[in-house]
Amino acid sequence: MSDTAAAGTRTQVLSGNEACALGAMAAGLTFYGGYPITPSSEIAEDLSELLPKAGGAFIQMEDEIAAMGAIIGASLAGAKAMTATSGPGFSLKQENIGFACMAEVPCVVVNVQRGGPSTGLPTMPAQGDVQQARWGTHGDHAIIALAPYSVAETFDLTVRAFNLAETFRTPVILLLDEIIGHVNEKVRLPEKVEIVERKGPDAPPGKYLPYRHTEDGVPPMAVYGRDGYRFHVTGLAHDQTGFPTNNPKEIDLLNRRLVWKIERRRDEIVEVVRERCDDAEILVFAYGSVARAAHQAIREAREAGIAAGLLRPRTLWPFPDREVRELAERVRTIVVPEMNLGQMAHEVEWAARGACPVVPFGRVDGLPVSPAQILHRIREAARASGREARP
Amino acid sequence: MSFRYEIRLSGEGGQGLVLAGKILAEAAAIYDDHNATQSQSYGPEARGGASKSDVIISDGEIDYPKAEHIDLLLALTQEALDKYVSDLQPGGTLVVDSDAVERLPEGKWRVVRHPFVRTAREQLGKAVVANIVALGLIVRLSRAVNEDSAEQAILARVPKGTEDLNRRAYRLGLDLGGEAAAAR
Repeated sequence: MSDTAAAGTRTQVLSGNEACALGAMAAGLTFYGGYPITPSSEIAEDLSELLPKAGGAFIQMEDEIAAMGAIIGASLAGAKAMTATSGPGFSLKQENIGFACMAEVPCVVVNVQRGGPSTGLPTMPAQGDVQQARWGTHGDHAIIALAPYSVAETFDLTVRAFNLAETFRTPVILLLDEIIGHVNEKVRLPEKVEIVERKGPDAPPGKYLPYRHTEDGVPPMAVYGRDGYRFHVTGLAHDQTGFPTNNPKEIDLLNRRLVWKIERRRDEIVEVVRERCDDAEILVFAYGSVARAAHQAIREAREAGIAAGLLRPRTLWPFPDREVRELAERVRTIVVPEMNLGQMAHEVEWAARGACPVVPFGRVDGLPVSPAQILHRIREAARASGREARP
Repeated sequence: MSFRYEIRLSGEGGQGLVLAGKILAEAAAIYDDHNATQSQSYGPEARGGASKSDVIISDGEIDYPKAEHIDLLLALTQEALDKYVSDLQPGGTLVVDSDAVERLPEGKWRVVRHPFVRTAREQLGKAVVANIVALGLIVRLSRAVNEDSAEQAILARVPKGTEDLNRRAYRLGLDLGGEAAAAR
């Protein structure tokens, strides 16, 4: 831990992991439960120093499963809670992530992605967990997942992850990759950030319904056990009181609400950045560190006379399907470079619904996708669509 | 046209190359007010294995943070040299630890040899500051960052109580860099 302790407006050189820890502090983190794993460990290391100094609690649990359980408990007790891990730990957390979805417990789960499957490549980058973020836990549920592409954006999206978690009473997944977690770059962090607090109880103890079907789909949340608020929390299907139910009507209401509360407000949640898309004929869809290579590639393509653009989602889930569809109708081809074998390319293809060809490009050898590799696919796509580069 | 300078510091895990890279990036970004990124690649071992630390310094935006056309390569081990030299640009500078490197690949590079680890051990009493000696040489030779900026960045980053040792290591490296430049 170095001089990163105080966020401020001075220019600093920080890694993505350091910015994530600082973003969590800025968002009002009061509890961290974790189990260290490369390449995420600096987040825990920094928070073990920052959090106790700010009056919060840091605990290293016996494993990743317990760490996820700890943040769920802390959040129910009123804390803003987070854990950070990488692929193998993310797998272990899935059961409890499902519990957090079902019991509607706000929390932030950071996954600094490394090569998989299994223990895979501890020190090398990958984007192989993007579908696991969506469907890693069983059963129908909605999820929010964000993917920053720079150190500065890691800070911003960490804050946003907390705000979304508190707004929607849901776990939010923050997907870094090893490059973003470990790259050091120049940043100037904002002095102040906007913070969202969860909606408190709307009825006195005894009348309070912890899982009331409110108009916005998000039940008000009392601090468990404080001021006389006692209620039941379970992973079983439950009614508005929080107690288990076998009533098909209640079960249907619950399952639909868990998805609807997030999907109905997807426009607020989905954020994309469009670079030179207005006249683009070849579109690159890229996220996380690959979007940096893509950014360079579209610039070089433009210099070579190819009208290339970049659609860079900052939100991966809910998937920006409408944003993709709208561009798919205007461009000739969409190229999707990823550090996996086409996990999001599949979503892009579904969203494009045949409006244009979608060309996946996957790299899974532990090395980052390079700008030259993306440029090569852009050139191929331009050639295939009759848009040869100017000589 | 904006300038862009790419440095790769390579050797084995535990030689402090990630720290040296971060110091260079801080010198460039904080004290010189350029843009800079530092990224790294290392194996799962706590010690040993080829390790690299890439620093890119530019006055423009830096998209891709990995070095692709290296202007200066530092190699403290033969393994690192063999693995990374292919990314060194023709006309670039190759700095090697002459005790660790026996075989120099053919290429149109300017080559600077110095036994950094031995110098650090014999002249400063600590082999561990070889990274800072090498940093000093690189700074004077490349002029990629201001010499005072790098010294400030070193002193802000090294563990408390080791400032004097590191300052001496850095200045020794600057002198070595001056000699190398003069010998050209």
